[in-house]
Amino acid sequence: MKIHEYQARQIFREYGIPVPDDILCYTIEEVEKAARELNRMVVVKAQVLVGGRGKAGGVKLAKTVEAAVEAGKQILGMDIKGLTVEKVLVADAVEIQKEFYVGLTIDRNTKSVLFMASSEGGVEIEEVAKVNPDAIHKIPIDADLGMTDFMARKIAFKLFSDITLVKQAADIFKKLYKIFIETDASIVEINPLVITDGGKLSAIDGKMNFDDNALYRQPNIEVLNEPTEDEKKEILAKESGLTYIRLDGNIGCMVNGAGLAMASMDVIKHFGGNPANFLDIGGSSSPQKVIDAMNLLMSDKNVKVIMINIFGGITRCDDVAKGLVAALEQLKVEIPIVIRLSGTNAEEGLRIIKEHNLPIVGSLSEAAQEAIRLVNSL
Amino acid sequence: MSILINKDTKVLVQGITGRDGSFHTGKMVTYGTKIVAGVSPGKAGQTVHDVPVFNTVEDAVIATGATVSIIFIPAPYAADAILEAADGGIKLVICISEGVPTLDMVKATNYLNKKGVQLIGANCPGLITPEESMIGILPVNIFKKGNVGLMSRSGTLTYLMVSLLTQSGLGQSTCVGIGGDPVAGLYYQELLEMFENDPETEAIVLIGEIGGDAEERAAQYIKEHVTKPVVAFIAGQTAPAGKRMGHAGAIISSGSGTAEEKIAAFEAIGVPVARLPVDVPKLVKAALEARK
Repeated sequence: MKIHEYQARQIFREYGIPVPDDILCYTIEEVEKAARELNRMVVVKAQVLVGGRGKAGGVKLAKTVEAAVEAGKQILGMDIKGLTVEKVLVADAVEIQKEFYVGLTIDRNTKSVLFMASSEGGVEIEEVAKVNPDAIHKIPIDADLGMTDFMARKIAFKLFSDITLVKQAADIFKKLYKIFIETDASIVEINPLVITDGGKLSAIDGKMNFDDNALYRQPNIEVLNEPTEDEKKEILAKESGLTYIRLDGNIGCMVNGAGLAMASMDVIKHFGGNPANFLDIGGSSSPQKVIDAMNLLMSDKNVKVIMINIFGGITRCDDVAKGLVAALEQLKVEIPIVIRLSGTNAEEGLRIIKEHNLPIVGSLSEAAQEAIRLVNSL
Repeated sequence: MSILINKDTKVLVQGITGRDGSFHTGKMVTYGTKIVAGVSPGKAGQTVHDVPVFNTVEDAVIATGATVSIIFIPAPYAADAILEAADGGIKLVICISEGVPTLDMVKATNYLNKKGVQLIGANCPGLITPEESMIGILPVNIFKKGNVGLMSRSGTLTYLMVSLLTQSGLGQSTCVGIGGDPVAGLYYQELLEMFENDPETEAIVLIGEIGGDAEERAAQYIKEHVTKPVVAFIAGQTAPAGKRMGHAGAIISSGSGTAEEKIAAFEAIGVPVARLPVDVPKLVKAALEARK
């Protein structure tokens, strides 16, 4: 789960990390009021859940109230990578001496929280990683010890030599780590962290992502979620135990297991077809799950054929078959279905499906080719 | 020979009285896996499929000498179960539970490291040494004893691969589902080393997927340390960027972790990568043939 910059800044503030003053605005009138209230140079920033806002023209400096209003007019309502800007942040534009990058994420290789710091802040860190990887310091944090004073200092000395800045930075790093742990984050970034004209450190942009698996114990974070229309569907699916991602093709897929679901999409594409979605019905299944899954597939009007690929492990094929039969009875499915089924309790599952005269194919390649043939014959 | 488990491995089941725990205990017992104990707090003295249940892992280990534990515990409590297994004297923990918070796994793997305890998963289907022992939720009828070692980040995709191998007459030494989470236990490198040292394994199949750089690292390790033939498959060749494909680990972001990059890493060191699942057995046969 992602949150907006203004929400990340608010969390930073709550933990005592210095962040410039800001006001969230939904209208031009609010932008004007905010600029007057801040009463100095401001920056007007689009609040959308996508990177590259600056490049897209979604971030503008304004020296006067009139300029802020003009910036607000340009940014509110603009489209950034398919998302409409519905709100902007009007923030105090501090004078910047130098910019840095600091971030925390999960490192799969060391199986730990990784602290990243770089003197090359203010630019896309992924670019720095590609062009000049040595410019990013990467320090795995011991899970038992957490962010110790000495470690925070050690990292700070990699970026700063002045001891008053090192002390400020170490304090920020400790707080940032605390945020990461206490909110079950998957990414926390300050980019850039700047030295202001007054010689103080300030976090002038923030990014936070969270571990979806931990949202059940993070009610204060979960309420910050602002899903898009497609994501709302995905969340609804998740509540029924399904993982759903809408794509732009016409072959609806229902598969158990993420890897097999991805491979099924790959095979469809390989033979020239176009998957309409990724849909993993997950582990332990019940007939109801299959009914929910069919409902979900049918709600996408682009779906012309449904391909079902089940390899039973913890999922029982008889459960899937029963669900399918029930779904077909309840939902009046009029589009063709191609089924491939094997694994735990497959014999019983196949028997149920054959009883209802549903089409069964033997292999994944055959299923994909049959689905494509059916789409092309429409 | 085989890796990690064989017919003598003594296994305990944490969460044996739950729906999934009890169902799959039955399947494992039927297969011949030596399930010697179950753990379910407050249910000591009961039996499930004739397996005695204990209150704690420690009690179960003392009474039965179990060395391997399999966990069927809901995600919020799964990491604690892993810690209990390690504390109780278990040497290899297999965690089936799906949806365990990442930071819980960071803590758990850190503790297991210090204890010298191995972990497979979480969010994995377990492992099998065919015709000897299956510890997990694998559909056993598709496996056959043989000489192909297999490791995979995906569960059901593994089943598909194994049935294709078996249908082509290629049996398996040991198959391990390592799980799809960002922070997991044993990974490609450790398993490659075990398969390389296992006399029964003649070829290795590695099933990867998008996200992270574990496949690239595996390729580097193969180049330096593995003499046996390896065949790879990468799921998610057509996945859109920035979307989490079910597995928490399967997300392509910022241009790293794509299938293309992983395929290129393997092909650069001479490891063939199958484009379709059905090509895997063909490539294994060709690799074995070339070695003769």
